[in-house]
Amino acid sequence: MTTPLLSMQAISKSFGGIPALSEASLEVMPAEIMALVGQNGAGKSTMIKILNGAHALDSGTIQFDGAPWTAGSPQQAQRAGISTIFQEINLIGYRSVAENIFLGREPRRAFGLLDWKKINEEAASLLARFDVKVDVRAPLELYSTAIQQMVAIARAVSFAARLVIMDEPTSSLDEAEVTVLLRTVTQLKAEGVSVLFVSHKFDELYKVCDRVTIMRDGKTVAVTPMADISKLELVASMLGRELDEVQKKGATAFKGSAGKIGGELLSAKGVAIGHLVRDADVDVRSGEIVGLAGLLGSGRTETARAIFAADQRSAGDITFDGVTTNFKGPREAIAAGMGYCSEDRKSQGIIPGMTVAENLTLALMPALTRSGLLDEAKQREVVERFIKEIGIKCAGPNQKIRELSGGNQQKVLLARWLCMNPKLLILDEPTRGIDVGAKAEIQALIRRLATDGLGVLMISSELEEIVEGADRVFVLREGRTVGEFNHENLTEGDIMRAMAHDDAEDKRHADGAPARA
Amino acid sequence: MPDRALFFQRYGVGLALVLLILFNLAVTPNFATSQTLAVNLTQVCTIVIVGVGMTLVIATGGIDLSVGSLMAIAGAMSPMFFTGQLFPVPLYVGIALGIVFPIIIAGVFGLFNGWLITKFSIQPIIATLVLFIAGRGIAQVSTNGDLQVFKVPEFQAIAIGRVLGVPFQVWIMLVIVAVAAFILHRTVFGKQVLAVGGNEAAARLAGVPATRVKYLVYLICGLCSGVAGLIVIAMNSAADANLIGLGMELDAIAAVVVGGTLLSGGRATIVGTLLGALVIQLVRYTLLANGVPDPAALVVKAGLIVLAVWLQRQEHN
Repeated sequence: MTTPLLSMQAISKSFGGIPALSEASLEVMPAEIMALVGQNGAGKSTMIKILNGAHALDSGTIQFDGAPWTAGSPQQAQRAGISTIFQEINLIGYRSVAENIFLGREPRRAFGLLDWKKINEEAASLLARFDVKVDVRAPLELYSTAIQQMVAIARAVSFAARLVIMDEPTSSLDEAEVTVLLRTVTQLKAEGVSVLFVSHKFDELYKVCDRVTIMRDGKTVAVTPMADISKLELVASMLGRELDEVQKKGATAFKGSAGKIGGELLSAKGVAIGHLVRDADVDVRSGEIVGLAGLLGSGRTETARAIFAADQRSAGDITFDGVTTNFKGPREAIAAGMGYCSEDRKSQGIIPGMTVAENLTLALMPALTRSGLLDEAKQREVVERFIKEIGIKCAGPNQKIRELSGGNQQKVLLARWLCMNPKLLILDEPTRGIDVGAKAEIQALIRRLATDGLGVLMISSELEEIVEGADRVFVLREGRTVGEFNHENLTEGDIMRAMAHDDAEDKRHADGAPARA
Repeated sequence: MPDRALFFQRYGVGLALVLLILFNLAVTPNFATSQTLAVNLTQVCTIVIVGVGMTLVIATGGIDLSVGSLMAIAGAMSPMFFTGQLFPVPLYVGIALGIVFPIIIAGVFGLFNGWLITKFSIQPIIATLVLFIAGRGIAQVSTNGDLQVFKVPEFQAIAIGRVLGVPFQVWIMLVIVAVAAFILHRTVFGKQVLAVGGNEAAARLAGVPATRVKYLVYLICGLCSGVAGLIVIAMNSAADANLIGLGMELDAIAAVVVGGTLLSGGRATIVGTLLGALVIQLVRYTLLANGVPDPAALVVKAGLIVLAVWLQRQEHN
């Protein structure tokens, strides 16, 4: 057996006492394309950053090319033969293609003058190897993201890279561009270069990758040849579910099912935003909790933001409360009766320096005025009512929200909308990063609100939350709605199958990839 | 954050002011006179007035470098009205026009800052650099670069007239401080200013009209600059477009920072800005009155700013 090109063993790393990696491992053989998959927070990025020197590890060993390896910085890693190509291309748009390839180590002639002839010729021949036909003297920014990525790859190869790390390289590419990129990846392998390929698009993984490493909760949970694992098994492993155990367990606090479900409240058809969302259909009735499921990168959050008009959609029709809507921004959506709690509580939810009262009434404030002045008595009344009603644990309305626990911050943010008497509440990962007790309280609260007639659109990465909490579920994959399920007899397996696109014909056979053993 | 740093951050300016006053009472001859008080207050008036607008701008996470140039525009424009240079008008009509019109113009230029910042997402420091440079040019061109000397006591009363023995400009300053402090802490607009500065993305998602809020703070900052520009020419009995408000942006920012407003936005104190300006002024006065040359006083002023910024940094640790 050949020795691996890269071997990371028992890697641990914590940030501020919170473990991001615990005893994770990763091996890449020479000239192998290794897929690295995992949910948000599984530890993929931390692993990559440790490998290329952006983070230092707490414990563990790394062997690269048969020798112990620690990278001090991404530059040092690059010199040693490990190149990382990020989602966001870190090249200089206004410099020429050739300059970008040789940035920082341009061939020089006597007196330190740049050898332009050599720079341009070498760049052209390098790109020709990947079948990329561009004018190497033109500014890089004139070319598409795909070409720019190819230039980044060429730059990596010119560094005599032994291992190229690609972090979601296809996330902003269209289908034709993806094909070109995947061909380049195969070409790299043919030249003896190893590739670590991070992606959430399973079809791509099956097309080019030899093996897959699956991470979950900071650990490596499986390493297997790509051909030996079905998409469904892959998803189950990422989410930490046994296939035979994906029945309802009753672990969440969404007690009982809905009360009376009313008429249609929201209907979104054919919503599209760039490459991220291509054709999403979602509808919600009043009194109903609708789950929106999908893997990372499926366009769940983007769809929700488009409905709330936090981002402008490029296509699609949205009807809300019987009226076709074209909100210019969240303010109009709020006025029409929507509320939206972001998945990112810290950067999109709370105003950390403000008090519980100010955060809670942020949206309501304009209605709490008496001749232009903030009516503090009325504000206090509203705040105290909600603190009591939904059990926000805080020292008082004037405590700074950043001093509260995650669960209590989330309750304040829920109350921010509830005090507006909304018709529809969009909740993006409402229980993420919240302790078990608060989680159950929030789940029970969501159910109670729906029973009282509120329509809820709930995005969650936790399958049991979707299966047990939602009356109806939409599944998104690669920006398209690919399934709609009713609560009755719904299992986690149904949703995973839709997320993974594990249907009967199983595409990878058609693509000529090796069949499963 | 250590409690001690928190304490100094919150009460440091007030404490420094009290200590400076006590020190001067003990050491500086003739300190406890109405003459000294008037001198020190008139020195800080324009800085505080501009500092109020700057505090609101900084509270949204922005900055305004154009304040000095806007002062020059307002100051250079005003005499044209009340000296009858443009068209002959009765004196009091001229004075009224000479006060109202330049302030409005300065406000419009403030809106222009807001437009650059919101419409084109230009960083405030760059967007307001445009008028920092062009504004003084506009002021100079509109006066052909000439010094306009005038003697119109009725107009100059806004700076040197006295009410209850206190210079009128001090009253203007106090009213502006009181109104702004009230707006910042008691109105929805004030809360929205702090929300935008504290977390703009979250504020927008909560329906806060962040764009309108930004327009308004730059408008207010422009209006304050206009008022300050008029006070300067009224004191000097002359308008010199080359000199009005020169370096004011830095004095105002220094007062805001020393006063305890967070440079990154989200926390602001108008009264702090008043105290900050007083501390800076009083340090300078103390040193001068005790024979330390002015250049050395500048170094001490810089030291104060460093100290204030260091105190702010403690919060992030």
